[in-house]
Order: sequence, then C-alpha cells, then structure tokens
Amino acid sequence: MTKLLEAPTTNRQPRQRRGTGAGGAAPSGTGRRSPLAAALGLLTSPKYGPVTVTGLLFVAIFVIGGFRYRGFFSGQVFLNLFVDNAYLIVLAVGMTFVILTGGIDLSVGAVVALSGMIAASLLQTGWSPGVVIPLILVLTSILGLLVGLMIHVFKVQPFIATLAAMFLARGLCYVISQSSISITDPTFIQLAVSRIPLGAGLSITPSVIIALVVVGIAVWVLHGTRFGRTVYAIGGGEQSGTLMGLPVARTKVLVYVISGFCSGLAGVLFTFYTLSGYPLTAIGTELDAIAAVVIGGTLLTGGYGFVLGSVLGVLVLGVIQTIITFEGTLSSWWTKIFIGALLLVFIILQKVLTARRR
Amino acid sequence: MTQQTEPAAPAQAAPPATATAPAPVVEMRGISIGFPGVKALDGVDFRMFPGEVHSLMGENGAGKSTLIKALTGVYGIDAGTITLAGEQVSFSGPAQAQAAGISTVYQEVNLLPNLSVAENIMLGREPHRFGGIDWRAMRRRSAELLAGLGLDVDPGSLLGDHSLAVQQLIAIARAIDVNAKVLILDEPTSSLDADEVAELFRVIRSLKGQGVAILFVSHFLDQVYEICDRLTVLRNGQLVGEYLVDELLRIDLVQKMIGKELTALDDLEHRAHAAVVDETDAATFVTATKLGRRGAINPADLPIAVGEVVGLAGLLGSGRTEFARLLGGIDRADTGELTIQGENVKLRTPRQAISKRIAFSSENRRDEGIVGELTVRDNIVLALQADRGWARPIPKKKQDELAQSYIQALNIRPGNPDALVRNLSGGNQQKVLLARWLAIAPRLLILDEPTRGIDIGAKAEIQKLVFNLAENGMSVLFISAELEEVLRLSHRVVVLRDRNVVADLENDGLTVDSLLALIADGRVASDDEALDERAPAVAVAAVGSGAGPEASAPTTPTTSTTEGDHS
Repeated sequence: MTKLLEAPTTNRQPRQRRGTGAGGAAPSGTGRRSPLAAALGLLTSPKYGPVTVTGLLFVAIFVIGGFRYRGFFSGQVFLNLFVDNAYLIVLAVGMTFVILTGGIDLSVGAVVALSGMIAASLLQTGWSPGVVIPLILVLTSILGLLVGLMIHVFKVQPFIATLAAMFLARGLCYVISQSSISITDPTFIQLAVSRIPLGAGLSITPSVIIALVVVGIAVWVLHGTRFGRTVYAIGGGEQSGTLMGLPVARTKVLVYVISGFCSGLAGVLFTFYTLSGYPLTAIGTELDAIAAVVIGGTLLTGGYGFVLGSVLGVLVLGVIQTIITFEGTLSSWWTKIFIGALLLVFIILQKVLTARRR
Repeated sequence: MTQQTEPAAPAQAAPPATATAPAPVVEMRGISIGFPGVKALDGVDFRMFPGEVHSLMGENGAGKSTLIKALTGVYGIDAGTITLAGEQVSFSGPAQAQAAGISTVYQEVNLLPNLSVAENIMLGREPHRFGGIDWRAMRRRSAELLAGLGLDVDPGSLLGDHSLAVQQLIAIARAIDVNAKVLILDEPTSSLDADEVAELFRVIRSLKGQGVAILFVSHFLDQVYEICDRLTVLRNGQLVGEYLVDELLRIDLVQKMIGKELTALDDLEHRAHAAVVDETDAATFVTATKLGRRGAINPADLPIAVGEVVGLAGLLGSGRTEFARLLGGIDRADTGELTIQGENVKLRTPRQAISKRIAFSSENRRDEGIVGELTVRDNIVLALQADRGWARPIPKKKQDELAQSYIQALNIRPGNPDALVRNLSGGNQQKVLLARWLAIAPRLLILDEPTRGIDIGAKAEIQKLVFNLAENGMSVLFISAELEEVLRLSHRVVVLRDRNVVADLENDGLTVDSLLALIADGRVASDDEALDERAPAVAVAAVGSGAGPEASAPTTPTTSTTEGDHS
C-alpha cells in the first residue's frame, strides 16, 4: 500500500528550476557571487571572518575617539599605540604560533619579568649589553625548548607545562633580587629615550622597528615556509598532519621555542620602556597577549588565524586604553573591564560565525 | 577447530597463478602485530604486483587496516619482513613510506579542513623558491592534478568548504602526485556516488596502466569484482589465501571471509516479511507531528508503532540523520509536536529522551559513539550509569555481569571486558555501542547507519539483532544508505529527499528500484499511479530509474513546459 504525502509536490517546481540553473556543476563551482553574498561569505568564513570584524572594530573605535576627543585623531596618537605596546606585539606574535597549534603559553608574562631581571642585574655588574641581550634570548629560548619537550615527550597539557614554567620564571626573578634594580647602562638609556623621526612631527622608538621586523618575519614564516604551514596543520588536525608526512613533532616543540624567544625579546623591549628590572612586573601580561590573539581572530582551538590579526588585536587593546586616558575621569582599570567584555563578545562571535557556516 | 585447517590449502594453491607475473613490488612475510588484549595479525604473508589492482578482503577485525598500517609504517611490526622492490625496508612513519613510494588514502579523509585545497594536495613536498614556498607553482601543479581528475575545484579555496566526496578525490589527487609505486586506497568509495566511483575507477585504470600497484580495499563486492585483478583474504588476523579475482566466485569469497555458511540473512528476510505489525493507533509508541528544525529538516509526520521497524531511506544530506536527531533529543525541534504514548513531550536533551526510553546511536561512531580510551565494560555501562545518575553507581559485580552477558549475546570479539574499545574493529565497536543502548532497555532504538563500514558477518548479526528486538516489542528507527538492508529489515519505509519526507510506505512488494525512483524524483512517476493506491510500487521503477530530476519534467503538468520556454 502506497501513501504519498502532499507537501513535497508543491515544493518541487522552484527547486527543480534552480537545479537546472546549476547545471550539474561540481559541488564547489560557486562561480561569481553578488557583493553582498561575498561580504557575508567573508564574515562567516572561519578564516577571515573574525579578523575582518576586528579590523572594522578598530577603525570604528578610532573614528569614535576622533569625534569625541580633541587631538585624538592624530598620527602620533596612532603611532603611540605601537610605541606603548611594542613588547606586547612581540609577545602576541609568539603566542599566535602557540595558539595556532591549539596550545597555550601561560609563561610569557613571567618570562618578560625574568629577562628584565637578568638584564638589570647583569648590566649592574658591568656586563656589556651586546652580551646580555643575546644571552637572554638564548636562555628564554631554552626555557621554551624545555616546555616544548615536556609537552611533546611526556604528553603534558600545554596549560600545565607552561603554568609550571610560569612559576619557575617568576620564582627565579625573586632569586635574582627581591626589589627593583634600575638600569643605568648608557646603551639601554639611549635606546629608551631615542626617537626616530618620521617627518611632520611624528616619531617612533627603536622598539617599534624591532617589533615590526619580528611581525614581518613571523608573517613570512607562517605563510611562506613548510614550518609555518605545519603550524596551521597541527591546529587543523594533528593526526592528519602526521599522516601527510609533515614534521609535526618538531614543529610542536619549536612553537614553544619561538614563544620563549619572543618573550625574552619582549622582556628586553619592556626594559627599554621601564629602564628597570622588577620581580613583580608583567603579572597578567600573558593574559593580555592571549586576549590580543583571540580578539585578533585566532581560534583558541587552533588552525585559523593570522599574525597581523594579533597585531590588530594589540592595537584594539591599545586604543581602548588610549580612549580611557583621554576620557580622564575613568580609572585605568576600566580598560580591563572593556577588554573582558570584548573578549566575551569575540568568542561568542567566533562561535556564531563558524557555526552558521556548518 | 576447522578454522585452523582451512587457511593452509588455498595459500598453497595461489602460486601457479603468479608464475607468469613479474616480481612483486611489495612482499610482506610472516607479519605479526599485537595490541594489548588483541592479536591483530598473526604471521600474515602479503604481496602486490606492479600494474595490478589488488584487494584486501575480510571481515572487520580480520586485520586489513592493521596490515595496511604495518605497510605504511604507522604501526611497527612485532615479527616478519617487508620487502619493497626487492629491498628489505622498515619504515618508522608514513613520511618514510611515502618517500619510498607508498602512499595511502585513508577511509576517513585525513586532510586539513583549515588549509587550502592546493596545500592539502602539495604539503610535505611543496615547491620552494627563494627559501620559501612557491605558492604560484603550488597552485598551478594542484590545478593540473585536479584537472587530471576531472575536478572543477579552485585550488585556493578552503578544503573544509567542500563536500566529503570532493575531499576524498582531493586526497586521491594528493596520493597520485607522489609518483607512487604503491597506492593504497582504504575504502575510497564509501562516500562517493556512482558517477564519482566511475571517475575514480577511470583514474585507477590509468594508474594501473602506468605500472602502479594499487591496493583497493572496499566492502562493496561489485566494485572489487569490477576493478581488481587479485585479492587476498584475511580472517581473524590470519591469512586465508591469495586468489585471482577471475577464478573466485563471489559466494566462495564471502564464505572464505566469514568462514561459515551465510544462510542467516535469507532466513531473516522471509521472517521479516511474514511478521505482521498491529496497525491500530493504540499501539503507537511515538508520533511526530509536523516535527521540524530550520535548516535541517522540514516539518514532517512520523508515527512509529510498538515493535515496528521503520526504515529511513534517502541520500546523505536528505534529512534522514537530522530527523532522527530530533527524535533522539540530540537537536531541538523548532516546530511541531512529539507524542510518546499519548503524552505530549518536548525533548530538549538526549537525557530527556533516555528517560523516555528513547536511545539514539549516532552514525559517527568514533566521535559521538564509543569512548576509545575506556574499556569495553565501561563503554557498555555508560548510558545506564548516566541514566541512574552518578550518585548511584552500578556495583562492580553488576557491571561485570552486564558486560559479560552483552559480550556473549552480541558476540563481541575479543570477549575481554577489559580490552580498550579503541583497539576493537569497527564492527565490534558498533556492537559495544548497541550493547550500551540495549542496557538501558529502550522502547525506541534509533540506529543511524549501524552497519556502515563493517563487514558482512557483523552486519548480518546486527540485522538479526534488530529483527529480534522488534519481535520482542521494541520499536526501531533504522537508517542506512544501503537500501537492500532497509528493505530487508523494515516493516515500513519512510523516504526523505531534500529535507522533506516524500513517502511513507508499507514494506510490501517494495523494491530497491522503486525506492531509488522515489529518492531520485521525490515522487512516484505519474499522478495517476499515486491515486491508485494498489498499484505495485515496482511499476514505478521502470519509469523513474535512470531519469534524473530534469528528465522527469515532461510528466509534470503543462504549466512547467511554458515556464521552461520562458527561460
């Protein structure tokens, strides 16, 4: 006995005509799309969506600030975002590598403090900056290597391994000194106070140049080398990456070395900024770096994201801080509240955007 | 045991057939591999010849996957030797095997959804220029490869944006590019439609012509007989024998694979049709009325009687899984009503469904089914424990009893309740899942593709089980891509197409062809026949089969023809 339902028959005509339109093209043959559809596709793409939103957000905040406050809409205010956050940009670059593989590095704030302490104490005893800075970079890279090996060889969760490294680095700060050590080395002072003029009354610091060079190298490594693509591959599917014959194990360790190196470098840039070493500096900075990376559109589960997005994330954090400074009446802790709210919105946004596509 | 005596004879019978063949490109001798609690391979010999398509046949758990992974260096071997092109080799990983000319396309697409198509094809051996990846050359090379496969795919697009079938062909494009001596295709056709399979076979034949040795593993006997020259049969981790495809009858092959006469299936068929279900509404267990969810399944009705097996037929993406997920409380319905034994309920979570004694077994065995790191026992008691609540743990003794009884009842192998589920074969994992749901004594059991990717023996056992459960008053919603299976088991068949229920038919004289016609066209061929309810569904097939949606247009009223002229 055969009973047929009515509903589908009515639906059938338009469906069928659409079918002939597509003409049996391959499933992927999307062809040309209207600008609106293209924009929607961009926004819902797990790859480009979040970073596009961040870019729009930055422009919006900057424009709003420009209308609200006198003197906000200037080139120097924009450049100061880089000047004040050069070390954070470097940290966020290292963090991007780690998060792209699906990991996390909680040790970076403590390592920033540790490299500041090493620099200040060694310079105090008369070491040359030309030796101290490379030494710091090597030491922090080795710390990163140890963390990476711990994660890879003993299959320790990145969260735990880097938490251990965080306590270790913070503890070592106090071993070096319990109080602040000021830096009087002429080279460091020179680097701290010198400005590089860009004309029209604009200027940046050497730290900005260093940070931008790091960003440039990171972009090239991530997009132009097999190592970089393997970083993405691990985030997309570690096992698939292994089966495709990619150097997964080596890469997984190396991202923590890179993060360690970047933390060391960020520590050095931070001492240019503060001209002292203090065991309690940069507490919670690792969370700022993670926030910048996430706001910059990198998925915490790995696989999707860009270094330039993370830079944009740092700029968004910076511009919020600047607005609060311009507002004058608000406590600087409001920055944290805004960042928290923003993070929440972004995580939800990522979920919504990527879920709609499926 | 009879098992021991049988393997020896055919193994010796094989050599004469190879007398004229060239030297084998791959020769594996006496391969043994063991996992905790499981002896996966026991002294297996295996060889492949250049320019031949070879098939590895066997039930799930026979050791096919393990043998492939031994060859590709994923698993280390405990004993035996592997020779590639005359040289003894020992690979420590797939990268080495790949470099030596052995590439593999695995059953589950092992590519990276977050990277571009070009990268998925080329990564690992990407062209370099000025110390970095040469993206242009990479795109160009992958575009050539895709064109060679007749695929119209933008190499720059994200892999994750493509359908599973396209991803599978991209995986093959990747494997072809390695200039492989040996190409291993592990269940490559399980997610492809007929046209795509034909396309794949065209590619396989051309590679064969170039002297590549191809290992084609598939559960589809038709495909094996169409494309393969030679096959090796494994059973329970041991070699049964190597045969030329032309010289082995299908029925003999099936017998060698399962090692017993397969009469259970035929028997089942007769009984299923003989069983008469009480059709009165009083016996209805669950009724869905205009139940739907936006973007998943359009509002549809579905009554399921007590002790009735309802089959859902339709293509992947037709809404068959989506509909079942609504009934199982996995996804929330946004329209319509669900009535369970006359009581109106809203299922928001699987837990609520379980408390109403509705069990849903997902098609995604690996991600939504088994917990691989737990033992067989833990997996079996999981749902029951969750239903009791964690405050009332099931006593250890009761757990052991439960596990032991289900292992025996469902013939789970190995019969060790402490074995980790991830070490079991697909068919046995499926049985563990079934045991888990049976343990909560469901009134409605929803089985989404319970027999996919498992061998004919386990399939028969699961089918028999479904049948017995229904006889004892359990309602079953059965989803399968294999229409024969749906027809064999179901009292009623509901056909879905493009997220709509297009037909709800008593399984009385239905044939695969008539179902195919419904799935392809969404309706029985002409309106007259729909009116005449007694018209046998078989008649439909003649008109509908082979005709795509476009071809059926002339049978629709004249209005559609004028519309056609317009455009």
